[in-house]
Amino acid sequence: MKPSPFTYHRPGTTEAAVGLLTELGTDAKVLAGGQSLVPLLNMRLAAPPHLVDINQLQELNYVRATGTSPDGAGPAVVVGAAARHADVERDPAAHQALPLLRRALRHVAHPTIRNRGTTVGSIVHADPAGEMTAVLALLDGSVELRSANGSRRVGAADFFVGPLESAAEPGELAVSATFPVPPGQTGTAWLEVARRHGDYAVCGVGALVTVDADHRVVGARAAYISVDTTPVVLDLLDAVGTGPADTADWSAAGRLAASTLRPDADIHATAEYRRHLAAVLTGRALTAAALDARGRGVNHHTGETEETA
Amino acid sequence: MTTRMLGAPITRREDPRLLAGQGRYVDDIGAGALEVAFVRSPHAHARIVDIDVTDALDVQGLVAIYTHEDLPGRVGEPLPLLIPHPALTHGRTPCALAKDEVNHVGEPIVMVVATSRYLAEDACDRIRVSFDFDPPVVGIENARDGAQLVHDDVPGNVAAHLVQEVGDAAAAIDAAPNVVELDLDIERSASMPMEGKGVWARWDSDDRSLRVYTSTQASTSVRAAVAAKLGLEADRVEVVAPDVGGGFGVKIVHPWPEEILIPWAALTLGQPVKWTEDRREHFVSSAHERGQLHKVRAGFDDDGRLLGLDVTFWHDNGAYTPYGIIVPIITSTQLLGPYKPGAYRVEFFSLYTNTVPVTPYRGAGRPQGCFTMERTMDAIAQHLGLDRTVVRERNFIQPAEMPFDHGLTFQDGRPLIYDSGDYPASLEKLKKLVGWDEFEQYRTAARAEGRRVGIGLACYVEGTGVGPYEGGFVKVETDGGVVVATGLTTQGQGHQTAFAQVVADELGVPIDKVTVTTGDTRRFKYAVGTFASRAAVMSGNAIAVAARQVREKALRVAGEALEADPRDLEIVDGVVQVKGAPGSSVPLATVAVLSNPLRYAFDEETQRATQFASPADPDRPPVAEGDSPGLEGTGYYSPPRSTFANGMHAVIVETDPDTAEITVLRYCVVHDCGTLINPRIVEGQIHGGVAQGVGGALYERMVYDDAGQLLNASFMDFLMPYSTEVPAVETDHLETPSPLNPLGIKGAGEAGVIPGSAALASAIEDAEGFRITRMPISPSELHHLRVQHELASSAEKGLEA
Ligand SMILES: Cc1cc2nc3c(=O)[nH]c(=O)nc-3n(C[C@H](O)[C@H](O)[C@H](O)COP(=O)(O)OP(=O)(O)OC[C@H]3O[C@@H](n4cnc5c(N)ncnc54)[C@H](O)[C@@H]3O)c2cc1C
Repeated sequence: MKPSPFTYHRPGTTEAAVGLLTELGTDAKVLAGGQSLVPLLNMRLAAPPHLVDINQLQELNYVRATGTSPDGAGPAVVVGAAARHADVERDPAAHQALPLLRRALRHVAHPTIRNRGTTVGSIVHADPAGEMTAVLALLDGSVELRSANGSRRVGAADFFVGPLESAAEPGELAVSATFPVPPGQTGTAWLEVARRHGDYAVCGVGALVTVDADHRVVGARAAYISVDTTPVVLDLLDAVGTGPADTADWSAAGRLAASTLRPDADIHATAEYRRHLAAVLTGRALTAAALDARGRGVNHHTGETEETA
Repeated sequence: MTTRMLGAPITRREDPRLLAGQGRYVDDIGAGALEVAFVRSPHAHARIVDIDVTDALDVQGLVAIYTHEDLPGRVGEPLPLLIPHPALTHGRTPCALAKDEVNHVGEPIVMVVATSRYLAEDACDRIRVSFDFDPPVVGIENARDGAQLVHDDVPGNVAAHLVQEVGDAAAAIDAAPNVVELDLDIERSASMPMEGKGVWARWDSDDRSLRVYTSTQASTSVRAAVAAKLGLEADRVEVVAPDVGGGFGVKIVHPWPEEILIPWAALTLGQPVKWTEDRREHFVSSAHERGQLHKVRAGFDDDGRLLGLDVTFWHDNGAYTPYGIIVPIITSTQLLGPYKPGAYRVEFFSLYTNTVPVTPYRGAGRPQGCFTMERTMDAIAQHLGLDRTVVRERNFIQPAEMPFDHGLTFQDGRPLIYDSGDYPASLEKLKKLVGWDEFEQYRTAARAEGRRVGIGLACYVEGTGVGPYEGGFVKVETDGGVVVATGLTTQGQGHQTAFAQVVADELGVPIDKVTVTTGDTRRFKYAVGTFASRAAVMSGNAIAVAARQVREKALRVAGEALEADPRDLEIVDGVVQVKGAPGSSVPLATVAVLSNPLRYAFDEETQRATQFASPADPDRPPVAEGDSPGLEGTGYYSPPRSTFANGMHAVIVETDPDTAEITVLRYCVVHDCGTLINPRIVEGQIHGGVAQGVGGALYERMVYDDAGQLLNASFMDFLMPYSTEVPAVETDHLETPSPLNPLGIKGAGEAGVIPGSAALASAIEDAEGFRITRMPISPSELHHLRVQHELASSAEKGLEA
């Protein structure tokens, strides 16, 4: 488990990094936190002749909660490519603006890995079990890609192409990811079942519920990991209806999700079990998100509701 | 009196060094050595047609490439079959590098030596091996069916077939008023030490000697094997087990191919050579264990007492049998646990498959046996509507029946005779600890909250401290330090502490004066090894024997110096003194000087000793006949047979009614390993064992596909429990000393792992209300069982309607 030979580059500026990447094209890979890439190198499942290390790029090391997102829309949390999962998880302003980030990040591996792994890296890596891919998709976020030829912004719906395959082309550096703050009175939740604490989920669900001033449901969406080759977002409002949030039939949304999703089996779970989990977790996550929308959360271990700050 | 060390829960003396990163493992040793990587078989069953190394030859830093045909004489012959048995009619072992054929993915074919592991792997990548494929045999059912063979000359894939019978089990069962039949299945797991294997070797051409460091559980035997294979005198070979990062059984197998190949390469190349196993290699080229299918028939009376027990099982031994059939022999004898089975018949088939070989992993066949017996006990209880503890109590061997002879032959070839144990008392303690009698109240309360909980238990008896012997060396240095050596190795058991406790008491010295060396053939040449929960029993007692010799000599020499009768002397805090007259004393350090008539005064101690030296008798030799210079002793301990420890585990689980996730709420252990040398170390052993038991029950399995590829050969997909998955362990001890050895101790190393699958299956079954017959169990599988159970019960209701 030692990598094949490669040439290591450590550019000091984003411009230099982008220049190198564009010049080297398919011969180069970006090295961010290395938590996914280094194991692939050591097992010789990837053998890029060049690595471009972006850990020196201080200008990409940021987490910003902004009033207007870079694409000119509403408020958002913008995460630079050098920011670690742990930076995002612990950023108070980001948590204030978008509590879903921290809720989901707590399920990403373990603290030691979150201290190294980057959020943008995990999005570009496009593992269909990666929590942050689904969070980006649920919030309709986007990724900014830069090459020597310029910049482009790709929305989440187009960014995730297949398992471990994103829209980022060879020669491009993902410089940031934008997570828009959803409009209206919303609540979120992240729930998943993993075999062990911090493992990639057998099935994971992020939920987003929007209510109006009378606490009637006006929006209900969920995003799923580990059930398809890319994160899947489902609009579940039709199944739930626009009645009062307190009495909504969230399990109907779960049934809809289970009948829509087409998960595969692997060595940890059957397809049927994953579908079953999707139904159960959808119901639970929407329930929790609806409570969150009214400023109350539910603790799934005690079954009690508690105030969410 | 000095405080008694035996039984004191002192902290482990080795930990500060290990925790501060100052451990010295094989890979930390010998910087600058040449490094080795292997081309291993990517196929489960194939004949090697051609090996083409051309493209590898221009890899910079390449030193040598070896295939089987390069291996001279005995180096190229099949590796030894360590423990032959008459029932093992078709034992097979591999060559150090594959000869003509491969029988499992991971079998080494080519050895590459280069200036670094990176470059060695670069060269491996460029070596092309072409194969002719044979159909692989994977899984016990396929092996048993025998349509495809692993080894052409082994009909039915049967390596071994063994039957043991006491009484007429079939007749007893047929005559019994009640009968249960069960099919029980345990999957593969593996030892998975943190440190894989590793070997470093250096040939000293001036001294004409070979030094080998290897991460082993048996350095003395590796030494003998290396000497024999390389044609060296054993005295020219030194084998040292440095710090070893866990063994759990896999490192008792020896010699591993690499333990022959690395020393041979070092000798051949005249340079130090090193190989450090990586995790992927460990998964596919070391050993696995546990995979067995069992068929049980049990006949019992209306009180639940066993009248007859008939067990047939099929053991998956993988591609080779380097360690014989120890694992199934242990299952077949130890599944009886604390019970009297009535008439008993056990039969097993040990079967070849094209998978990694199977050798003992902590517990060594006992977890399977315990699972089989305890599932049977639960089935009897359910059949009769009795409490599960009541059925067990009724079948227990009673303390008054000790020693109890089962009439069977144990793994050491000796009769299976339990020496001692009080099973009813153990169960009573366990019931109290877990709150067995109050559980129904708890269940009702939990149910009212929509929660599903269950309780289970499992009992075991473990034969520990198997012979034939172990030795110990104890020496008092002239500075008063006490040097202790024993030949068996240490891989985390705390021997630095436990053995020092024994010596401190026996010799009357402060423990911080005692240094213990293990697993170093330069310090002690005769040993068996650290496995089978034997180190404390065997070396503990051997060291005690040696320490008693030293004590005796110390008292004799001090008696001469103090002009006192040795029987009036005692040793307190490293000083020999006249009982009741501590003013008349001589330090042990001085006694050590006096015990050697050669007294160059290199140190103050020696100078001071002259005042005690009695005038020499010119007519007597300075070293009396039968005496020897120095204050040291060597002792051996060799027991007539194993001593039997026992324990019982109870566990409370919660199963999520929707997601089928399984959470262990409480894990309680009652444990009896005779006299405790150090209760803290014993608890640590139990905790580690429980962690592996929980792993084996809920998380770990080796997932082979039909082609014989191991699909989860990494820590990402082979799910060893993290600390977050291991429950807090509540323990209570019972001390029933063994009558078989001077210290009264029984082994404790493997115990914790044995009842894990049995106890958890019992608890999950109790929570769910349907029978659990296969372990490990995942949430996905539990969910599947629920669906099946619902279908079955609605079909039943449909029939009734
Ligand atoms: C034991 C373990 C458990 C884990 N569990 C989880 C989990 O539960 N959930 C989860 O989501 N993740 C998990 N991970 C993965 C972890 O989150 C990784 O950190 C993440 O997937 C990749 O981030 P990285 O910064 O380490 O990227 P790297 O490993 O450095 O790179 C990953 C890939 O993305 C590319 N890349 C990275 N950054 C950029 C960029 N800015 N522009 C273009 N390409 C880029 C690299 O070239 C490479 O191909 C786990 C990892 C480990 C080791």
